[in-house]
Amino acid sequence: MDAVLDRSAREIAEAVRTRAVSAAEVAEAAIARVRERDPQIGAFLTRTEDLARERARRVDERVAAGEALPLAGVPVALKDNLCVTGTRTTCASKILEQWVAPYDATAVSKLLEAGILPVGKTNLDEFAMGSSCENSALGVTRNPWDLGRVPGGSSGGSVASVASGTATFALGSDTGGSIREPAAFCGVVGFKPTYGRISRYGLIAFASSLDQIGPITTSVADAALVYETMAGFDPCDATTVDRPVEPAGTLREDLRGVRVGIVKEFALDALDAAVREVYAQAYRDLERLGAELVEVELPTADYGVATYYLIAPAECSSNLARFDGMRYGLRVERADVAATYEATRAAGFGDEVKRRILIGTHALSSGYYDAYYVRAQKARTLIAADFAKAFARCDVIACPAAASPAFEFNAKSDPYSMYLMDYYTIPMSLAGLPSLSVPCGYVTPPGAAGPLPLGLELTGPLFAERALLAAAHAYETGTQHAKKHAPPPLAGAAR
Amino acid sequence: MASADIDVEYVAKLARLALTPAEIERFGAQLGALLDHVKALEELPVADVAATAAVIPGTGVGREDLVQPSLDRETVLQGAPQRQGPYFRVPSILGEA
Amino acid sequence: MSVTIESGTLLEVNGTAFEAVIGMECHVELKTATKMFCGCRNVFGGEPNTNICPVCLGMPGALPVPNGLAIEHVLRAGLAFGAAVPPFSKFDRKNYFYPDMPKNYQISQYDLPFTSGGTVTFRLPDGALRSVRLSRIHLEEDTGKSMHLGSSDGRLSGSTHSLVDFNRAGVPLMECVSEPDLRSAVEAVAYLEALKRTFVALGVSDVKMEEGSLRCDANVSIRPVGSSEYGTKTEIKNMNSFRSVGRAIESELARQVSVLREGGRIVQETRGWDESQGTTHVQRSKEQAHDYRYFPDPDLVPFEFGAAYVDGLRAGLGVLPQTRIERTIAENSASGEDVKVVVQQAHQLVDTPGVADYYDEVVALGAAPQAARNFILGDLTRLANESGTPVAESRVSPAALAELVSLVESKAINSKIAKDLIARLWADGGSPRELVEREGLSQVSDVGAIDALVAEVLSANASVADDFRAGKAKVMGFLVGQVMKASRGKANPALAEERLRAHLAGE
Repeated sequence: MDAVLDRSAREIAEAVRTRAVSAAEVAEAAIARVRERDPQIGAFLTRTEDLARERARRVDERVAAGEALPLAGVPVALKDNLCVTGTRTTCASKILEQWVAPYDATAVSKLLEAGILPVGKTNLDEFAMGSSCENSALGVTRNPWDLGRVPGGSSGGSVASVASGTATFALGSDTGGSIREPAAFCGVVGFKPTYGRISRYGLIAFASSLDQIGPITTSVADAALVYETMAGFDPCDATTVDRPVEPAGTLREDLRGVRVGIVKEFALDALDAAVREVYAQAYRDLERLGAELVEVELPTADYGVATYYLIAPAECSSNLARFDGMRYGLRVERADVAATYEATRAAGFGDEVKRRILIGTHALSSGYYDAYYVRAQKARTLIAADFAKAFARCDVIACPAAASPAFEFNAKSDPYSMYLMDYYTIPMSLAGLPSLSVPCGYVTPPGAAGPLPLGLELTGPLFAERALLAAAHAYETGTQHAKKHAPPPLAGAAR
Repeated sequence: MASADIDVEYVAKLARLALTPAEIERFGAQLGALLDHVKALEELPVADVAATAAVIPGTGVGREDLVQPSLDRETVLQGAPQRQGPYFRVPSILGEA
Repeated sequence: MSVTIESGTLLEVNGTAFEAVIGMECHVELKTATKMFCGCRNVFGGEPNTNICPVCLGMPGALPVPNGLAIEHVLRAGLAFGAAVPPFSKFDRKNYFYPDMPKNYQISQYDLPFTSGGTVTFRLPDGALRSVRLSRIHLEEDTGKSMHLGSSDGRLSGSTHSLVDFNRAGVPLMECVSEPDLRSAVEAVAYLEALKRTFVALGVSDVKMEEGSLRCDANVSIRPVGSSEYGTKTEIKNMNSFRSVGRAIESELARQVSVLREGGRIVQETRGWDESQGTTHVQRSKEQAHDYRYFPDPDLVPFEFGAAYVDGLRAGLGVLPQTRIERTIAENSASGEDVKVVVQQAHQLVDTPGVADYYDEVVALGAAPQAARNFILGDLTRLANESGTPVAESRVSPAALAELVSLVESKAINSKIAKDLIARLWADGGSPRELVEREGLSQVSDVGAIDALVAEVLSANASVADDFRAGKAKVMGFLVGQVMKASRGKANPALAEERLRAHLAGE
C-alpha cells in the first residue's frame, strides 16, 4: 500500500477508479506516512485526517456508482492560505491561528469534487510574504534534501510535503515566485498558470493583481492534470477569464520546432560556477531535444524587484486591513477600538508582514501615490511590453528559477537580500504570464547534506499553458533529473 | 545608513499598527534601504506610458441580480472574538469617530 | 438668539446682502434583490446578521463581484439628468478603519465615476423654475450599522461598547453630489424631492429617508451677494426627513449669519442636526482630513461602455417626471390657473405610484387635462385611499374616466351624477356612457321639462315659495335641492335655479 503513494496522481486515480485499490486504503496509508515522516520536515500546520477519511468514503461511494473522478483518492496537501470548510486556516499567522474557515476556496472545491483526499494544511511564510518559509509564525519547515536548509517560500510546506512523499501533489500560491522558487529548491515541479486562469476565491489575498494558485507535483503530466481540473471561469472571482481550458492532451516528448528564448539580461555568468554549469547544460539539453535557442531581451526585467516591492505591498496593505480583531481571528482587547486595532495587529503580525504593510501604506499615501504606486504600475506596463516583444521571436522563455540552491536557515537576515531570491520569477508575475519550474540538475555546495536541486524556469505567453506544459514535459522526459537523486532518507523512517 | 524618506510613525498610525520605538527605528532603516533600491524606477521612461489598469485585457462584466444563500449566523458569530446576542460586540468606538 | 429665515429672503449681515450657497451630497440605497458585490439579500430590516456571507463580512479570501443591475441603475439615473457616461470607468478602494467596515476599505469610485455632470431641473412650491448642476453620480457599497451602548442617551460619546449588524454592509449605494448651486433651504428640499421623484420613476430606488434608503448631507456657506468666492462651508449631517433638511439648513444659515454679525468667522467643521433641540452641534473639526489612499481595486476589472449600449439605456428611460410636470404646466398656461396650484397638482400626479401614466392615458384619449386632473386627484384618490387599491389598479379604466370627463365637459351629465357614477365605476367598472344611456341619467337641460318640475316643486312647497318672495334668499338652496330630488338628481342645477327664480318672479 505504501508503494501506491509513490505513484503519480494519474496512476493513483486510475487505480482507485478501477478499484484496484480503495480510496479508504489510500487515505490510511497517506495518514500513516504523514505521521511517520512529517515530524522531521514540519510541512504541515494542521493534519486533516478525519476529512481525508470522510472524503475517501465519498470517493469510494461515487466510484462504485460509476463516476469517473479525475483525481479519485489522490492524497493532497493544501497551502494554509486556502480556505477549507471546517478546517483551521491560519496563513501561518498568529492573527488567524485559531480561525476556522466557513467556506471552501473554489479551487479546493473543484479538486474535492474530482475526488482528492486532503491530508493537511501546509506551512508558508506568513500571509505568503517571503521566499524561505522562515517568516511563518507557527512552525518551521525543513528542506527534505537538507534539514538545515530552507525549503523556499512562500509555499515551503507544500513543496516539502511533495518532496518528502507525504502528499502526491500539493496546492501552492504564487505572487512573485512563491511556487516556482520553492519547487526549484525542493526538486519538484511547480506551476503558476496565467493570471485569471484559476479562481482566487478562498485564497487569502496577499497581492490581488499577482496572486495565483497552482499545482506542485512530481511530474509535468500531473501538473497538467491538476491544472485542467482547477482552471476555468468562476462567478465568484471577477478577475477570472472566461476562456476555454484546452486540455494538454498527449504531451510531446521533443522540442522540434520550438523556439526557446534565452534572456540576455539573465546572463549565467552572474551565477556561481557550479550553478552556472547546471543551467548551461540545461540550455544545451533544450537544443539537444530539438529546440532552437534565440536570444531575447527584457530590458526592464532588472526593475522587476523594485516594481514588485511597491505594488505587492500596496495591495497587501489594503488586503490585510480586514485583520482587525473585530469579526474573527485574534483580538487583543483594549479600552477603545483604535487601541484594540493597533494592539491586535501588533501582536498578530510578524515583522515581514508589518514591513510590507508599512511600505505599502506609504506607497499609497497622499503625496507619494504618483511617485511610487503609479510609477510602479507604469514600469509594470513596460515589463509586460518587453515580454510581448520577446514572445514575437520565441515560444517559451527559459531561465534559472533561482540564482542558487536552497540556502541555510537565517542566511538572509537583510530583507532586501531575501527579496532578490525572486529576481527571476517576479517579472513573469508582473506580466501575468504562465510560468513553471522543472528540476534541471543538482549542485552540492560545501557543507550540504547531499546534492541540492535546481529548477529551470519556463515561461510562456498569456494563456499558452498547453504549449508551455508540452515544452516542459519534453524537457523533463528528455533529461529525467528527478530520477537521478532523492532526498536523503529521514532518520528512523523506512523508505 | 539608509535614507529615511518614510515617516514610519505616521504610516503606522494610518495602518493601525502599534510599533515600539525600537521597531520604528529598525523598520525605518530597512524600509529606507528598500526605497533606495526603488529609486532606480526613476530611470525608466514612463512619461507616455499608461499605468497597468488590468493585468489581463478585458472589460468588466456585472453579475446577475440573483439571490445566493447567506452564511449561518451562529457559525459566523461563534468565530467572532466577542458577540452579544445576534451582534458582533466591539469596544468603544470613541477614538475612531 | 434664533433668526428666522424666510425662503427666498436675502440674508443680511451688518448692511451687506448675503446669499446662501448650498450643495447636497446624497446617498441612495438602490433597489436590487442582492447586495452590490455578493448575492446576499438587499432588504430593509430583518434579523441582525442574517444577510451575510464571506464577501460582505470581509472574511479572509472573499472577493467582490459587481451587481450588473446596480450599475445599470446608476447609469440610468445619471442619464435621466443628462449626465455623461465615460467610456472607461472603475471601482477604487477608499481605505479607512471603522468597526462597521468589513474590509476596512470601502469599494467606491474616485476619479472615473460611472456618470459625471448632469442637471437637475425642478419647480419650487411657488412655481419658480430652478436648475442645479450635478458633479457626479457614482456607485459604492454601504457599511454595516452600529449601535452604541453604555451611555445614557445612546449616543457615541460616553458609550462603552458597540454592537454591529452587517445586514446593511455591501448594499449598493448611489452617491449624488451636486454643485453648490442651491440658494435656500426651500430649494434644497425641492431638489431632494426632484431627485426622489426621478429615482422612484426610474425604479432605481424607493428613496425612503425613514428607512435610510436616502441619506443626505448638506454643505452650507454664505457669501456676499455678487461675490464669486466661496465662504467657509460647514457640513450638516444627521437629517432624517425632508422636513428636517429644511429646518437644519435654515438653522445653520441663521447661525452663520449670527456668527458673522458678531464679527466672528465660520469654522470648517461637521455639525450634526439635533431634531429635538432644533439646532446643530459640532461633531468634529475637519482639520485632520483622512488620507484615504484611493487606488483602483485590483479585484475588479474596469468597465467600458459602448455608445450603442448607452444610447439604448437613454432611449429606454421612459417619460421622466420633470418632463411630465413641465408638460402639465404648459398645458395649463392658457387657462390662467394659479401656477402654484398647477405645480402642486403636477407634483401630486407624478408622486402617486401609477397615477402619472394613468393621467397620461386619460388625456391621450382626449379628456380635458384640468378636469382629468381634478377627478384623479379628487374623487379617485379619495376612493383609492379608502379602499387601499391604487388608482391605476382600480376598475375605473382610463377610457371610462375619459368618457366621464367628456360627459361632464359637454354638460351631458351634472356633477352630482358624475360623482355617483365614479363611485359605481370604482365598485363595478364599466362604461359611464352606457350607464347614462341605460338609466337615463342624462342631465335634464330641456327647459320645458325643468319647468314642469319647478311647477311641481313650487306647488308642493308653497310656504317656502312665499318665504323666498318675502326676501329669504337662503331658501333657494332648498328649492333647488327639491328639484334635483324630483328629477332623481338629473336636473341641470344651474338651469333649475334659473327657472325657479323665473317662476317665483312670476314669469
